[in-house]
Amino acid sequence: MTAEVRTVEEWTKPLPQLDGVSTEYWQAASEGRLLIQQCPKCGHKQWYPRALCTACAADPEWLECSGRGEIHTFTVVRQYGAKPFRDELPYVIAMVQLEEGPMIMGAVTDIDPDAVRIGMAVEVYFVKAADDVGIPYWRPV
Amino acid sequence: MDRTPVIVGIGLSEYPVAPDLDGVQHHVLAAQRAIADAGIEKSMIDGYVNAGGGGGMMVDDAVTMAEYLRIDHKYIDGTMTGGSSFEFHVQHLAAAIRDGLCDTALVTYGSDQLSRMGRRLGTGGFQRAGQRVAGPIQYEAAYGNSLVGSYAMHAMRHMHEYGTTSEQLAEIAVGIREFAMLNPKAMYRDPMTVDDVLNSRMIADPLHKLDCCAITDGGGAFVITTAERAKDLPQDSIYVLGAAGGQTHWNVSQQPDFTTSAGAKAAPIAFGQAGLTHDDVDMLMFYDSFTITCLILLESLGFVKPGEGGPFVAEGNLKRGGKWPLNTDGGGLSSNHPGMRGIFLIIEAVRQLRGQGGESQVPDCEVALAAGSGGWLSCIGVAILGRSHP
Repeated sequence: MTAEVRTVEEWTKPLPQLDGVSTEYWQAASEGRLLIQQCPKCGHKQWYPRALCTACAADPEWLECSGRGEIHTFTVVRQYGAKPFRDELPYVIAMVQLEEGPMIMGAVTDIDPDAVRIGMAVEVYFVKAADDVGIPYWRPV
Repeated sequence: MDRTPVIVGIGLSEYPVAPDLDGVQHHVLAAQRAIADAGIEKSMIDGYVNAGGGGGMMVDDAVTMAEYLRIDHKYIDGTMTGGSSFEFHVQHLAAAIRDGLCDTALVTYGSDQLSRMGRRLGTGGFQRAGQRVAGPIQYEAAYGNSLVGSYAMHAMRHMHEYGTTSEQLAEIAVGIREFAMLNPKAMYRDPMTVDDVLNSRMIADPLHKLDCCAITDGGGAFVITTAERAKDLPQDSIYVLGAAGGQTHWNVSQQPDFTTSAGAKAAPIAFGQAGLTHDDVDMLMFYDSFTITCLILLESLGFVKPGEGGPFVAEGNLKRGGKWPLNTDGGGLSSNHPGMRGIFLIIEAVRQLRGQGGESQVPDCEVALAAGSGGWLSCIGVAILGRSHP
């Protein structure tokens, strides 16, 4: 699947420091694809991406996700000291349980924060933060 | 020679507000007071443990402070698991003392969090615009989560699974405030009701301002030695009966279960070492960064079953005079929280076990359990302390 990739005039939030494993993850996200990892040896799936399978220590492989999941838990942040987040209050931080199994952290947008509920079905979209970086966000299906 | 580990000295620096002390001075003042309390010579100290992490502009890591204090150690440990570091230190020191790696060890902590940093810790923002973030936190940094938000996600899930209510969480804060009212030095000492908590502003749903701990200055230290050496010392020996720790994650996005903690693994080990059960415990010192922290510790350590914590708390079981009085010094919620509160859990437990608790003294206090939570309910350390050794 390839999800929507939104662009912004200027990305003012923190950016990931790309490393040996994360470079491919962020690159895929900038193209609208959400990657997790799956172990070819034991089948274990994991997020965030690492250089080993946390279950059996083998080399994991990339697995492209459907981009759908449900909210496992969340909070509405109503106080934050630093810009630019301070200017966006209140906003929703959530753990999303992916259809594939693992949980991923993200922000839920395109909804009134007071209407967010655990169990709500959400889908991913991305915001292009740099040429080689897309940031996954979530919105109600 | 009886090498059973015993705590023989405790010391606090000044709190909750000490603008004239920097973090290193908090370490030092607490150390001076712990050494005096123990009745030892400084030269007897041959082990030193310090998690650092006091914040601000100071340098207070273990080796720097060992140099500053000029401790001629043969055992040093800088384990840093966040606020629970000191319960892990008790675990490590109990083994080190037993094995003869050192005979008398000093643990110190100091922080000028409030005077130097203000109240930014919980919601001030770890991340800044345009900043490049390395390591696993790179997967979280773009979203603007706060420290409070990480605990709030635990509370939200706990409420969803078990029907836990904000009123029940508020009861924890109210019970601890009642102890703070007996502590002349506590940061917040005004009477407080459940409604006060519920009517305080929401910081990160479902946690209100009064579900969150204070931000203060402060420091603490304790001295641990062998039961043999303690025979000549003035204070009652407080025995380390059991100590264990565990880690489920560090960054909150890796929490495998938002309703429990690594205490579920650590507590049975600590109780096994002590040869005790939950009903043998007379009082609790829990890391109360937030009300939900206490509830999840209570359940995951096995004092009640998962999901039973809310109603249990609402019955007053953790209040003064209850089954397991919690945080008799007023806790981080109302008394003092300079950033890593775990050392104060040990110090207050020792004070209670010595019978030096003053107005907040738990009657016939024979066994106390301290449980620290570091990170985002990430690293849980459990220490069981007692007046006597079975």
